[in-house]
Amino acid sequence: MERIEALKAIYSKLEDCIVVTIMGAVAAEIQTIGHKKNFFYLQHGMGLASSVGLGIALSRPELQVIVLDGDGSLLMNLGTLTTLARYQPANLLHVVFDNESLLSVGGFPTATSTGTDLQKIADGAGIPNTRFADSLDDFKQQFNQALELDELTTLVAKVEAKGPSAFVTDLGLLENRFQFKRHLSEIPQTSKDG
Amino acid sequence: MPVSTKNSQLIYDALKACDIQLISALPETWLVHLIRMAEDDSKMTLVRLSKEEEGVGISVGAHLAGTKSAMLMQNHGLLQSINGIVSVAQLYRIPLLMLISYRGWFGERDPWQTEGGLVTENVLRSLRIPYEFLDDPNNVAHKIQQAQTLSESSSRPVALLLCRDLMWEE
Repeated sequence: MERIEALKAIYSKLEDCIVVTIMGAVAAEIQTIGHKKNFFYLQHGMGLASSVGLGIALSRPELQVIVLDGDGSLLMNLGTLTTLARYQPANLLHVVFDNESLLSVGGFPTATSTGTDLQKIADGAGIPNTRFADSLDDFKQQFNQALELDELTTLVAKVEAKGPSAFVTDLGLLENRFQFKRHLSEIPQTSKDG
Repeated sequence: MPVSTKNSQLIYDALKACDIQLISALPETWLVHLIRMAEDDSKMTLVRLSKEEEGVGISVGAHLAGTKSAMLMQNHGLLQSINGIVSVAQLYRIPLLMLISYRGWFGERDPWQTEGGLVTENVLRSLRIPYEFLDDPNNVAHKIQQAQTLSESSSRPVALLLCRDLMWEE
């Protein structure tokens, strides 16, 4: 499966959620499909997208948060899985696109190319619901089911090591950051119990 | 344990007065009372970390979502967090209120803390993070309030070094 096809398949759902992505191909591809005010692209700080997502999910438990992570990023911060599992925000869906490669820096293979299994690591860390998909139909189905579940989920999706030719987009980092924060502040806050 | 409960309470009360609603922490001896206070406070979200850099990401997310947060860490945790501070908090102009226990400085008995003590202030200066010392119970509340004000107005990380004279009673 190609990641951009996977992104297109879930894009209509992303429009209604708070989305945090990693840098590189994921951020660039989503923007070619269409940027929204509720999308935040963490264009550096590899490994921390899921931590940013956790901070948002704990602060606004009434909003559905989706983190679009990658194998290279997650491998830099495996401890995040144990922290996510400890607090288990039900409003967080953690998608990991695993292309077994550090694509944006030249395609060097990551440890998932030699057998490291991120779904099993998430499972062992205590993530209550872990899933795996390696075809587009399966991915779409698993993603939609996970959104319905109301339970912290890590969904590992195997994708091809293919990406866009360029990673810099015309959306400034700070423009994205301030727009995203303002958008969040304009969504009325409902009770944590609600 | 000779960690000062009284001064830990002063720090905690000052954080509450600044409307801090989320604290991320990785335990170390000097922080035990502070972490327990956060845990016992039903209005505080305490996030126990596996590694301090995660706390940068969590505070960034909390800020974007409108929640005021603080980070509790040892100075070695600051060293662990540097890329997150530079490549997320500073790159994206996010206020971070960092309370850092200043181990490895005058009076330190643990040999393993001493190298970190030597580099802490130089690292903060290199990162252009303004910092002050919390060493006197009489101005704890004032300095914490000032640190948070500067962090918010500059949209940048600001650090307070928790010093031995405040945290440790012998």
